[in-house]
Amino acid sequence: MFSIPAFLESLVPLFWAARYTLLISVGGIALGLVIGTLICAARLSRSRFLRNFGALWVSFLRGVPLLVQLLVFYYSLPLIGLDVPAMVAAIVTVGICASAYISEIWRGAINALPPGQAEAAVAIGMTPRDVWGRVILPQAVTMSLPALINELILLVKASSLVSVVGILEITRASQAQAATTFRPLEVYLAAACIYLLINLCLAALGRWLEYRTAV
Amino acid sequence: MDILHQYGPALLRGFGYTVLCWALGTVFAMALGLLIALLRHYGPRWLGWIIQVYIEVIRGTPFLVQLFVLYYGGPLIGLRLDALPAGLLGLTIYGSPYFAEIFRAGFRAVPLGQLEAARAIGMAEPAIVRRILLPLSMVSALPALINFSIILTKETVILSIITVPELMYEVSRMSAETFRFVEANLVLALFFWGLVEAISRLGRRFESRVTKHLIERT
Repeated sequence: MFSIPAFLESLVPLFWAARYTLLISVGGIALGLVIGTLICAARLSRSRFLRNFGALWVSFLRGVPLLVQLLVFYYSLPLIGLDVPAMVAAIVTVGICASAYISEIWRGAINALPPGQAEAAVAIGMTPRDVWGRVILPQAVTMSLPALINELILLVKASSLVSVVGILEITRASQAQAATTFRPLEVYLAAACIYLLINLCLAALGRWLEYRTAV
Repeated sequence: MDILHQYGPALLRGFGYTVLCWALGTVFAMALGLLIALLRHYGPRWLGWIIQVYIEVIRGTPFLVQLFVLYYGGPLIGLRLDALPAGLLGLTIYGSPYFAEIFRAGFRAVPLGQLEAARAIGMAEPAIVRRILLPLSMVSALPALINFSIILTKETVILSIITVPELMYEVSRMSAETFRFVEANLVLALFFWGLVEAISRLGRRFESRVTKHLIERT
């Protein structure tokens, strides 16, 4: 039967493991923002080669399951001489995967801006740098904040897959816990509760940001 | 060549399971999602709250953890399932809230006048759902439904972790026996890329055909 003490007992170590989940998700989204911005710039650029490269990048990373991506990167990094810790490999993989989605979020936001905005900025004599830095990007960033929080929630859930390469985040820690206590139901439900808690907090943050930035 | 000869049948069988899991999982999840959306639309308010909690919980937890609860935790409360049924049930539960939300948005996009007109000419509520609400909501919901069905193809690989013998499982087994991890997973990645691209193309074609006809009718 369901035992509440066992459930509560497993919460503590799992909370401790949650820092790795958070580290992977936050690291992943940070790296994803950097690469995603570059990919978005490539897709919006004038060079056809860069545009095609960006399209290929997005299509590949969105078409391949994250679990498969993880294993490919995890096993092929040492092959090209990069012997990195599992944690770094995990963050890099999650970040690369996120970059595809983030570049699409940026692109969507930039495309959603009325063209009149940029035209007006050009008409009053702004330099291209100012047009981007003062007109397009500030509006695009505000507009895409909710979508970015949503992406972060997806990454928190995706980080559970990192357990297969042996990082002791929430899911892996709960597997170990379940193996020692023989109480899989309580332990995995506890893990689910922690994920839910993290994501509800993030969703609340997203709603707050949306409310703050509403024009 | 030797490897292909030795593992070919297993890989083919794995692919079969992947397609089976995806097709059945999508159909079941869509059916459950539709049921949830209808219950939320027509049911009492307290039922709506329960459904809201269900949606938040399922969407807020990783699929892998849900599978673990179901497959390893289930037997403790008497739910003893084999890997394949557990995986299918997991896919159904995981997908249902997303589909439910898509259907709900679709329902809301149906012009109210259409429903009022149907009621005014004396159509029964089930007939309204079948002949007005569902077909009209498809105009806006179909792209999202197809999109999420494609996302579910990628989720099927997670079933390999609870030992459902689908393609990923067979590939992992093969690479563990041959020590060719990189090649095997790379081929798997390319295979899924091709599969997802092909389904998206088909989906877009299907979508434009179906919605064009529906948009003309509205």
